[in-house]
Amino acid sequence: MNYKLKLLTVLLALLAVANVLWGSLDIPVRDVWHILCGGEVEDHPAWSIIVLQGRLPQMLTALLTGMALGTCGLLLQTAFRNPLAGPSILGIDSGANLGVAIVLLLLGGTASIGSLTIGGHLLVIVAAMAGALSIMSLLIILGRLLHSGVMLLITGVIISYVTGSIIQLLNYSATEQGVFSFVMWGMGNFASVGPERLPVFCILCVLGLLLALLLIKPLDALLLGDRYAENLGVRIGRVRQLLLLVTGLLTATTTAFCGPISFIGLAVPHLARLTLGTSSHRTLMPATMLIGANLALACNLLSTLPRDGSLIPISVITPLIGAPVVLHVMLGQNRNTGI
Amino acid sequence: MIELQHLTIGYGNRAVLTDINQTIPDGQMICLLGANGVGKSTLLRTLSGFIPPLSGKVLLQGRELSSLSLSELSRSVSVVLTERVEVPNMKVVDLVGMGRSPYTGFFGTLSSEDRDIVGKAIEMAGIASLAGRTTDTLSDGERQKAMLAKALAQQTQVILLDEPTAFLDFHAKANTLRLLSQLAHETGKSIFLSTHDVEMALRLSDILWIVLEGRILSGTTDSLTQDGTLKRFLEPFELSDLQTSHIQGS
Repeated sequence: MNYKLKLLTVLLALLAVANVLWGSLDIPVRDVWHILCGGEVEDHPAWSIIVLQGRLPQMLTALLTGMALGTCGLLLQTAFRNPLAGPSILGIDSGANLGVAIVLLLLGGTASIGSLTIGGHLLVIVAAMAGALSIMSLLIILGRLLHSGVMLLITGVIISYVTGSIIQLLNYSATEQGVFSFVMWGMGNFASVGPERLPVFCILCVLGLLLALLLIKPLDALLLGDRYAENLGVRIGRVRQLLLLVTGLLTATTTAFCGPISFIGLAVPHLARLTLGTSSHRTLMPATMLIGANLALACNLLSTLPRDGSLIPISVITPLIGAPVVLHVMLGQNRNTGI
Repeated sequence: MIELQHLTIGYGNRAVLTDINQTIPDGQMICLLGANGVGKSTLLRTLSGFIPPLSGKVLLQGRELSSLSLSELSRSVSVVLTERVEVPNMKVVDLVGMGRSPYTGFFGTLSSEDRDIVGKAIEMAGIASLAGRTTDTLSDGERQKAMLAKALAQQTQVILLDEPTAFLDFHAKANTLRLLSQLAHETGKSIFLSTHDVEMALRLSDILWIVLEGRILSGTTDSLTQDGTLKRFLEPFELSDLQTSHIQGS
């Protein structure tokens, strides 16, 4: 294994431990360890709940979300042969947003996401999935018509505006509580999964990530363009369908559970390319998963900074990391094309 | 060897060329000449299996092209297209290695045998000095040779090239065509290419295919000169002196 991948794995383990040890509430490290080993702290019975039902699921959620979004970004950037593609820039998560908005604001009305039963939560996931997949299909069709990558990005922005205006309309006519729960959901939060929904979340994410591994070889060929890939024996149609399914599944799952989390999908594949200096998906995909998980865990740690029990919304932190990466890529492109 | 039997090519209901009956023999370089829009690219796409023929047959070593699976096809016919392949971080050796993907396993990892084949392909294409460079730093001629090396690594009997000399300067054009001709003779592969570089095609190809008035006429430069085909092809462009210069040169 590449030594950089090993380093990233070690970093991941450290960040994962740090995420359990530190939170918005101060619990001594020794007590956290005691709780993890199955013990209880007598004076503070709530600490067990915080560690086992709060921090641990939150850490796993952040880890898998980072992996999932980074992988989506990598798949999209290769499929569209565009370095600026990503689930949020192309408007895929705005499709998931719209799906969730319809469920929460129009159908659910007063239902807040925290009190949803698993059935209701599955409805949110299905809605997010339907929204994400429709936007992905639209993009794939438009991608054939619009050959310029910039046009495709502009299309993504337009899609976001249109879904945004529909969501505003839904907000306008929804109840106060519906609007509140939608706004809270929209801020992004790794804590919203919780222990009871964690198994479903894990299964969906791991399924998506395993399916993504099937795409490693065809993705390498796709770097050369569709025709070359086809000549190398890649079934373009089938690969595109699987790609649509994987990105739709991963974006929808993470968006439905954690809210829209921008820039991780866009920035992480670039960080992986910069770190590894390769274009081969055999190395890039594991690197993207590791860096995505590391970044999400780091963001989750940052979100606990207020130290007063409150959390900074994740969607406040990720653009601060993502924006410089996007700028770096755009400046690099500028140099290459001379535009 | 590829046999074209009563082949009609085109898109949907629109036939571009009809009833083609020709053979592409082994060990020869064949140049396809014709004005823009006469169906050169359509023919190449049909022979690559990208689009199906409207009617008639393409037989590859006696087997119908449409009956081959995608994996069989990828081991029989390789292509060099006009698309510009420019992948940052992808080294030439990795690009050429992509030619092995019809033979590699699930993750596409190259075996030591695969790496030997890649090394030989790079050597045959004359780009050993470029192996460690990334594809986005290559000149057009160098990139064309890297794509050719990819096709060689694919180890197919047939290599199809769509205008491999476009965008190249004079020296690179001559260099590329000479290399292709030499490869055809040395390896026994069929090398079939379309080009607009009439003069070089006249001089270097083993067989010429000329698309003229909706038909494909084939033969050696000499035979096409003698039966007047070349004259008819070149006259509208007032280039018929090329033909004379060829005869004087030969």
